[in-house]
Amino acid sequence: MKTTTARAAGRTPVRRLAGTLHRRPRLRLSLLLTAPLLWLAVLYLGSLSVLFISAFWTTNSFTSEVVKVWSTDNFHTLFTTPVFRQVILRSVGVALAVTVLCAVIAFPVAFYTARLAKPKWRPLLVVAILTPLWASYLVKVYAWRLILSQDGLADWMLKPFGLSGPGFGLPATVITLTYLWLPYMILPIHTALEQLPANLLDASADLGARAGRTFRSVVLPMVLPSVAAGSVFTFSLSLGDYITVQIVGGKTQLIGNLVYSNIELNLPMAAALGTVPVVVIVVYLLAMRRTGALSSL
Amino acid sequence: MQLSRSARIALRVAAGCGFAAIYVPLALVLVNSFNSDRSASWPPSGLTLHWWSVAWGSEGARAALWVSVKAGLGATAIALLLGTLIAFAVARHRFFGRDAISFVVVLPIALPGIVTGIALNSAFSTVLEPLGVGLGMFTVVVGHATFCIVVVFNNVVARLRRTSGSYEEAAMDLGANTFRAFADVTFPLVRSALLAGGLLAFALSFDEIVVTTFTAGPGIETLPIWIFNNMTRPQQAPVVNVVAAVLVLLSVLPIYVAQRLSADTATESRI
Repeated sequence: MKTTTARAAGRTPVRRLAGTLHRRPRLRLSLLLTAPLLWLAVLYLGSLSVLFISAFWTTNSFTSEVVKVWSTDNFHTLFTTPVFRQVILRSVGVALAVTVLCAVIAFPVAFYTARLAKPKWRPLLVVAILTPLWASYLVKVYAWRLILSQDGLADWMLKPFGLSGPGFGLPATVITLTYLWLPYMILPIHTALEQLPANLLDASADLGARAGRTFRSVVLPMVLPSVAAGSVFTFSLSLGDYITVQIVGGKTQLIGNLVYSNIELNLPMAAALGTVPVVVIVVYLLAMRRTGALSSL
Repeated sequence: MQLSRSARIALRVAAGCGFAAIYVPLALVLVNSFNSDRSASWPPSGLTLHWWSVAWGSEGARAALWVSVKAGLGATAIALLLGTLIAFAVARHRFFGRDAISFVVVLPIALPGIVTGIALNSAFSTVLEPLGVGLGMFTVVVGHATFCIVVVFNNVVARLRRTSGSYEEAAMDLGANTFRAFADVTFPLVRSALLAGGLLAFALSFDEIVVTTFTAGPGIETLPIWIFNNMTRPQQAPVVNVVAAVLVLLSVLPIYVAQRLSADTATESRI
């Protein structure tokens, strides 16, 4: 009796389907991948390629309608117009400055959380570093708008020294971006320092190295790939940003702002400008790959 | 490494300054929401709860919050589905182009938001608009889902790598079919990773401003867009202060819940 029910169940469509799926891993795989690939490859990569192709189109200067004729005019304009060149250099400079500042601030914090703090506090400290990552981007920029505004916290703190805060402008942009991306730098350095084998440090001390020498010859080379990994985030996030600049940058312009202001009138030019951060980031990633940073991402 | 006493003290002080720098701005936002004055000057001239009640009644902020919640739920649902599918494909199968897929998943969040934004914007306006689908809630959800897939994927793939396929094989040896093994064995194993991934995806969508700017049609205003539009209006300053303070308080939630749910990756990195 039991066997007949089992055999009957074996013929139900669901069981048959399950059997087919089990026997054919290729079919299972294609069922798994069809929807996501349609989404990511067609919708996302498709839009991206159309955008990059449109960088080689132009617009009719009267109607600002897109003319779909292949030309490298946009890139020619990009490299020959002084303003564009300045803005590109400034954006790369801001991204590098933010990255260096993040690394300099992150190191002592990470060193404390990974090696100096009592082990039972360490997980809690990591959470303390992480929590601000989930605070709204806009709220964090807003916080700096409050701090740097006239008669704000910065002015109030510097007043006793006869100084005033930087106000809104390029320095404000660098400070705010550093604040925004700092946790992305602390975390990888913390992880690297935590995994640093203690016996290497002991060996270095046994061989007569003082703390400074051990730091330079042992700690730094082992942590550097993680700094590079963190820098991927700080660098690329700064390079693409345009909202922070709009909020605390005063009249400062970065690549993002140029892209933004060209979208309505000249989409091909905006697309050409948009390729700049992408290319710079790809070059940066390739350079970082040589340090072994990408495997520790 | 034997650090000298002064080096230890210097490091402690530096780390203390670092943590202060991280938390002072957030604390300032909280304090400022009680500022009785409309200006952001420091120190505040007085403290009041008045603006909290004004903000509670603010139609604009409420409407924007509701739009954000709807967009976040839609994007999270799609990201959960697609991210889980890719995670299973990548973790349980070997095939040509596997690494490429892991790379493409990360791309929408790795490239500058403005690039993703204008790419989607021009695609939507050239392909969807002729079909009669304008920019609106639908396009916002699609845009958000695209970069939310990665957090779900990361969480689920980490869980699948930790739990080998042998559990499923054991279930099948005991007579369970593919669906049965999934429902009784695999799904319970990945459930908390799904929850954590979904929560982080929602938080990511809730916070997104750049892609939203380019994919939202007229009249679709998410909370970040609302804050951005009202940030520089003196009239709205007190309400913006309160909304900002609420968002700072709420940011503890995703990290707390994700921490409880999944020890894999949820709190290791933001993506």
